[in-house]
Amino acid sequence: MAYPPEFKYTKEHEWLSVEGTTGTIGITDYAQNSLGDIVFVELPKVGAELAAGKTFGTVESVKAVSDLYAPVSGTVTEINAELATSPEKVNSAPHTAWMVKITLANPGEADGLLSVVDYEKFIAEEK
Amino acid sequence: MSSSSESTVVRKTALNSAHRQLGARMVDFNGWDMPVEYPANAARKSGGLIAEHMAVRSSVGLFDVSHMGDIRVHGPAALQAVQHMTFNDASHLAIGQAQYSALLYPTGTFVDDVIVHRLGEDDYLLVINAGTREKDVAWVRDAAKNFACEVEDLSDRYTQIAIQGPNGWRTLQKLTDADLSKVKFYWFTQGTVCGLPNTLIARTGYTAEDGFEIYIPSDEATSVRVWNELLAAGEEFGVLPCGLGARNTLRLEGALSLYGHEISDTITPWEARLDRFLKMDKGEFIGHAALVRQKQRGVDRTLIGLEAIERGIPRDGYRVVDPEGRGIGNVTSGSPAPFLKKNIALAYVPVEYSTEGTELGVEVRNQIVKCKVVPTPFYKRPKRTPATGSAALPDTVASESKPRQ
Repeated sequence: MAYPPEFKYTKEHEWLSVEGTTGTIGITDYAQNSLGDIVFVELPKVGAELAAGKTFGTVESVKAVSDLYAPVSGTVTEINAELATSPEKVNSAPHTAWMVKITLANPGEADGLLSVVDYEKFIAEEK
Repeated sequence: MSSSSESTVVRKTALNSAHRQLGARMVDFNGWDMPVEYPANAARKSGGLIAEHMAVRSSVGLFDVSHMGDIRVHGPAALQAVQHMTFNDASHLAIGQAQYSALLYPTGTFVDDVIVHRLGEDDYLLVINAGTREKDVAWVRDAAKNFACEVEDLSDRYTQIAIQGPNGWRTLQKLTDADLSKVKFYWFTQGTVCGLPNTLIARTGYTAEDGFEIYIPSDEATSVRVWNELLAAGEEFGVLPCGLGARNTLRLEGALSLYGHEISDTITPWEARLDRFLKMDKGEFIGHAALVRQKQRGVDRTLIGLEAIERGIPRDGYRVVDPEGRGIGNVTSGSPAPFLKKNIALAYVPVEYSTEGTELGVEVRNQIVKCKVVPTPFYKRPKRTPATGSAALPDTVASESKPRQ
């Protein structure tokens, strides 16, 4: 599966898409593939403050639990409620099945994340 | 899934290249490089742990279980040796019959659980777990040393493939001259499979489903050929290659014990509720005296089945708490159950908490998830027509459904 070139990535396998001051966060195809069948996604409430590099939720497959790490800091404005009933969407469409939308605390923070080229290089080394 | 770092050399089964060719995700399992699941890909539209689990419940799945070990005990006193080292009564076994059993320490706790096959007059085959292979072989040799018999470690000689699910027999029947309808559950026969004469074909498994396990020569060419012929034969039934992930969830739904989890060197058969396999009246065996003492004293803890009644997944090692939040035990195995579509767990708790319907909690990342005590096995396979040759689950494999007093 192709990694969208307009996204930013983390070494913990989250992606961040930025439009103005809104950031959308999800996990990558690599992440969903190594987790396997996802059965449960636990997300923060609207209004929660995310701190860059800190956990903000968990995603569980049949056999594993994985923490979600905030790529950048910000305030949660929306969560993807669909994932409560259809967590498998993260497997079938990881780059559209977003988890949370946030208002970025510091839009410049995203510049420190991996570009698609760097991320693809990173996962090639992981394999 | 537990993995071990004890051994630095990762071992591979003869089917390793076949798994990689199928795109399997591999993990280190007790020092073995094994497939955990086979994701869907261009050639195989359905895959992944849940699809593999469902294939076994509804039709057929194929497992490489060559990491299991095989110990042959044969000679004039083979039966006495087997009786001395196992807790079930092997004297009742007919030639061609198998039984679930276990090796115990003098303390009455588990060395391992095993399947004992009676191959011939004074000839037995013990199939043991991968993670305990060396320990088991050494232990069996020592336990047998005063008996007129020989102990042979045949572990590396066989590739063991499990063909599991209601269409398992149909799949295998296409490749063998043996009449599988004549082989009852926990019996075995020998026949030609894929042109290989005298292949051991056992109606056994670890999925709480009907199925077979075959033992073929462990050279790579033969192993891969048979594996591929089985996949081709099962294609009309939608066969899927299945990894250790599905193997674990299938056995958990059936409440089948896993060494290092429900049974270990600190747990006794009374606690693990394996009483029905424990034949105290058969005479002396290693661990017998300790088990007599524990029976007199009574057990403090017992294995229970739990079902989450709130959102949250109890997992291996999580703490079990009473309604006041006090820690009373630990989950030994816990997971989403793909067929039952519930979150289930096995756990040890003090006996007074083991009554069905008791509400307990499991600590899931600092939150208490409410669970209730439910009967085990969580899943029992439906009875099928005699034409399939598969009787209802006999009591030789089903777990007890009531907590022990």
